[in-house]
Amino acid sequence: MPIIEASGLARTFSSRRRKVEAVRGVDLTVHSGEIVGFLGPNGAGKTTTLRMLTTLLRPTAGTATVAGCDLLRDPLGVRRRIGYVPQAIGVTAGGTDPNCTVAEELAIQGRAYRLSAADTAARVGLLTRQLDLTGLEPRLCKTLSGGQRRRLDISLGLIHSPGVVFLDEPTTGLDPQSRSNMWEHITSLREKLGTTIFLTTHYLEEADALCDRVLIIDNGKIIASGVPEELKRQIAGDVVTLSVTGDHAQAKDILAGHPSVREIALDGRSIRMTVEHGEEALPAMLRALDGQGIALASIQLARPTLDDVFLTLTGRSLRDDSSSADPGPDFAAGGGEPHEGGESSEDSTAKDALAGAGNKGRS
Amino acid sequence: MTTVTTASDAAGSLSEQSERPVAPEPRPDNRALTFFSDTWLIFTRHMRLSLRNPAWVIIGLIQPILYLAFFGPLLAKIAQTGALGVPADNPYSFFVPGLLIQLGLFGAAFVGFTIISDWRAGVIERFRVTPVSRMALLAGRVMRDVITLTVQAIVLVLAGLAFGLRAPVAGVLVSLGFVAVVAVSLSAVSYAVGLLLKSEDALAPLLNMVMVPLMLLSGIMLPMTLGPHWLRIASKCTPFGYIINAMRGAFAGHYVTMIMLEGVCVAVGLAIACLWLASRAFIKENA
Repeated sequence: MPIIEASGLARTFSSRRRKVEAVRGVDLTVHSGEIVGFLGPNGAGKTTTLRMLTTLLRPTAGTATVAGCDLLRDPLGVRRRIGYVPQAIGVTAGGTDPNCTVAEELAIQGRAYRLSAADTAARVGLLTRQLDLTGLEPRLCKTLSGGQRRRLDISLGLIHSPGVVFLDEPTTGLDPQSRSNMWEHITSLREKLGTTIFLTTHYLEEADALCDRVLIIDNGKIIASGVPEELKRQIAGDVVTLSVTGDHAQAKDILAGHPSVREIALDGRSIRMTVEHGEEALPAMLRALDGQGIALASIQLARPTLDDVFLTLTGRSLRDDSSSADPGPDFAAGGGEPHEGGESSEDSTAKDALAGAGNKGRS
Repeated sequence: MTTVTTASDAAGSLSEQSERPVAPEPRPDNRALTFFSDTWLIFTRHMRLSLRNPAWVIIGLIQPILYLAFFGPLLAKIAQTGALGVPADNPYSFFVPGLLIQLGLFGAAFVGFTIISDWRAGVIERFRVTPVSRMALLAGRVMRDVITLTVQAIVLVLAGLAFGLRAPVAGVLVSLGFVAVVAVSLSAVSYAVGLLLKSEDALAPLLNMVMVPLMLLSGIMLPMTLGPHWLRIASKCTPFGYIINAMRGAFAGHYVTMIMLEGVCVAVGLAIACLWLASRAFIKENA
């Protein structure tokens, strides 16, 4: 049974000079008990969509039903039934006043959701235990660590046991340990209470680790949706990178004839191809190369990531610029083969540099 | 409290359970009643925060007290010559109402800064997704400011008494009422503007640009009657002169006068206009 249903949801921001179409017609359905992730680069429209679904922003077009209430006709009904944890990075923070104590914040949140004093106390007791906040009640929020504050933000969103929770970038800014800790909390929320969770993230691992289903959004439109594993299988396939001691062009032609190969390209001195069910297809492909007397120098099979899915769909990478240089050393990892003649000196310099980087990385 | 679904019956009962929300179906609110309880909720939160750091309340009082101490004696001296048209025997009954309005102007107009930091902390959005009345988010804060300002005004009047102010209790109470209404107007507008601008860098010059002329034209320090015709006309076009005149009348014991009527109408009219403007900013879906 759908608990969030949106159709044609759109939002245009107009300023004096220009119009920005932040979200251009989003259709989505989230079923009860699902953990759905909204994945996309910064500025793709994730937060804008979330803010529309949580009554913070009026859509310029489209309709939606959230937790059984019409978003436009009964926003108060929506507010009563959902929990929302705002993004804590960027211009605004996660919603706690630095000069309030943890106990005060939890107490007023209960009152804000019309819980009785007894119900609030019971919920606060439970949530502080579940989210490891026990003992922090008298502390001012500004004295909490990043992970503690984020767990407090989340417990505020859960105070009234909502059936649907919207989490905007729940783990952005947390260290890896706090992040995986947070993942456990989020999963157990669904396991124990059947809470529907709709979250945004720009972390691929997070979408992979947490979500039953991901919606990939780019440029204000949903460009793909599905179970992460299926998306990767359907859209990306396994990435196989290999280099041979013989003629690369010939090797490429041989491999290209194999039915499982979806894409193949000669990338410098290595062949990079996208292969369906790579681990099953590889032995036959290697035999074919062997049959033509081409020996293998190195091989690497990489499972596709959601980034590959995004790359296939948009031609761009989801990852931040800082980490997009990663493939360099990977390609050079098989670069131990002897140099061949006919190679320009520039190429070999570049290659040595890369190989050096790769070796340095491994040593 | 422990309605934990075990893994074995997960699939079936999860979808079954989710037919209705986990939380008990909320009862419809009585709008009027919840507005007042929400306002109280927001008021107590902000009052507690103010009391946690009373330094700011005290600092807010320092400026008018300094005027009272460093400027008052000069004014009293000139008043004795009769040149000002100010009661020579009781100059502080002229001066203290002006300082009360100054306190109101600057104490309340600058509260907009606090809402920007609240917005930045995500607190505004957090409460905007709760069922709390959005008007109450404004009203609770305004109420805190009115209480704070009234207390400051009482301290200022007491300080004035120490300097030689003589005024009837009823007149002081009427004046405190004016201060409270001015505080409502200015703090509401300040929050609305703060919420719309979302930038301290923009709010500070804007407030100075608006508040300084308003203060000068209201005749806080000296009677506007001393000025040339054009200045008196300009003063008549701003609201606070009327209010100050009514307060000065009250300090002199004149309650049923045309000046008082003007003052009350301007103060109430200003408050209604400001609250209307501010509520629009707060109720708006995307502020």
